[in-house]
Amino acid sequence: MRSDRPIRFSSKDAVVCRGVGKTWAAGTRRAHEALRDIDLDIKPGEFVVFLGPSGCGKSTLLYLIAGLEDVTGGHVWSFGDRVETPSPQRSLIFQETSLFPWLTVWENVSFGLSIRGAGKEERRSVAKDALQRVGLTAAMDKRPDELSGGMRQRVAVARALAMRPKVLLMDEPFAALDVQTRARMQDFLLDVWRDSGASVLFVTHHIDEAVALADRVVVFTARPGRIKTIVPIDLPRPRNLFSADAEVLRIQLTNLLRDEVDRAFAEQEALASAL
Amino acid sequence: MAVVTPPDFSEGTAGAGASRPAAVARLFATMAGESLVARIGWTILSVGLFVGLWELCWLVGWADPKLLPPPHIFLGSIAEQGKFFNTATRWQIGKSMADGPSAFESVMITVAATTMRVFVGLLIASVLAIGTGVLVRYYKLFDRLVLPTVTLLSPVSPIAWLPVAIFIFGIGNGPAIFMVVVALFFHMVLATITQIDGVSNNLINVARTMGATKRQIYGRVIVPAILPGMLAVLRMNLFGAWMVVLIAESTGVGYGMGQVIMLARNTFNPSLVFFTIAVIGVLGFAFDWLLRQAQRRILYWLPDQTEKLRAL
Repeated sequence: MRSDRPIRFSSKDAVVCRGVGKTWAAGTRRAHEALRDIDLDIKPGEFVVFLGPSGCGKSTLLYLIAGLEDVTGGHVWSFGDRVETPSPQRSLIFQETSLFPWLTVWENVSFGLSIRGAGKEERRSVAKDALQRVGLTAAMDKRPDELSGGMRQRVAVARALAMRPKVLLMDEPFAALDVQTRARMQDFLLDVWRDSGASVLFVTHHIDEAVALADRVVVFTARPGRIKTIVPIDLPRPRNLFSADAEVLRIQLTNLLRDEVDRAFAEQEALASAL
Repeated sequence: MAVVTPPDFSEGTAGAGASRPAAVARLFATMAGESLVARIGWTILSVGLFVGLWELCWLVGWADPKLLPPPHIFLGSIAEQGKFFNTATRWQIGKSMADGPSAFESVMITVAATTMRVFVGLLIASVLAIGTGVLVRYYKLFDRLVLPTVTLLSPVSPIAWLPVAIFIFGIGNGPAIFMVVVALFFHMVLATITQIDGVSNNLINVARTMGATKRQIYGRVIVPAILPGMLAVLRMNLFGAWMVVLIAESTGVGYGMGQVIMLARNTFNPSLVFFTIAVIGVLGFAFDWLLRQAQRRILYWLPDQTEKLRAL
């Protein structure tokens, strides 16, 4: 163990957070605390949804786990290794399109391989493989601006899968899509998840989405974000989202979230009047 | 576990091979669709309107032909005016005005010389500025040492650099090219930095999670991402270069459009002035058009916004 505190966790766990905190612009007048004291263990192959009011720091936690931002308190481990820099093992998928507009679909998907200097043949075959898993082989030679929003997000998923990640981090990936596309994308994501065996950490503020996808739902408090509670979703898969059990869970999560949204509102109003 | 075959949503794609010809077809459609003929027609109409107004002013006697000769006068005397472009041999003792290249050749030599200075200057300025801009963002020390000076020199007028150009480079192509470079470089550095700062964080983060090094992120993400903006900057600076090169040529250089303008001024020859202005206008327009075509080819991924913005 590389920490001075005695911390116990399984080195087999996909993600381990201990006392993780993040303060933006620390030490300046604009400093604000986004996250405080996050303890979380995520098993390999687990589907965990982060649910919370906007601005509660759930996306921040995702960035910390990805290694894109540095923690200002506590530590993050992934499969026994301290997270300090980004790694292809932990792929992040963003809300907005993050495809490179100057590359074709297959070049986007194999971008990670080209970074490692792989040859064209290898890159193309890996890209084809990954695109097959998202059902978009036909769009291989297209450019991102020729695709619809849903297709673009599936290419982004294929790009993440091409790196064979052990952890898929998704930051409200379907937020910009319409309701019907979103529902289909959720089914698609569950297929990909089962297929790849990776852990998925999925940020959303949609309760329906959380109930449809998660093994466990981590509910965050308003700023600074802390874990309010973790709700296991024990519905059998494939899920009947219209069942009474699903409805009970939705009501439970709605109630949990409502307090936090009220608090967030009150805080924002206080902040606004202080200015 | 069964292998899951996700449904294929890809809306009506005939297959991977079809997309290349489709792209080519679209390129032609955008070029022809607006109809090249129609666009040339509008350009002629636009210029014609301006010329017509001018001729009208002359017709009703508002524009004195000795001061503001309308196009039919200054263009009508092209052959006569052309010989003044023969600046290369004019000052040499024992040479008559008739010596040297013909009027048409003189115009061509002058135009080619000035164009060369514009493009060499623009090329040097762009390469230096983009390189400097990238280095400023890449290395903190470089930023701290260079950026304050660049910002400080940025507002200095090219006129102020003219004596410096002559001190350093004397007479010839050197000072003219130096003037173009020095007039564009500082702005272009600042423009490059602005472009780099505007690159989407998501794109950079994607590359980071895939294990790209800093150098790879700069080379494969930041530079391609700033290209569209940089080409726009280049277009703006092309006009800037045309303006500066005339100032530079008006002193210190043996021949060039700037020299012709100076000659016209000193000999009170408004026809020559307007003829030279017309030539510069046509040249600038032509090179801007070429650059726009290049932009369209190189930056094939950018959608054409013109129609969308107009339809608002």
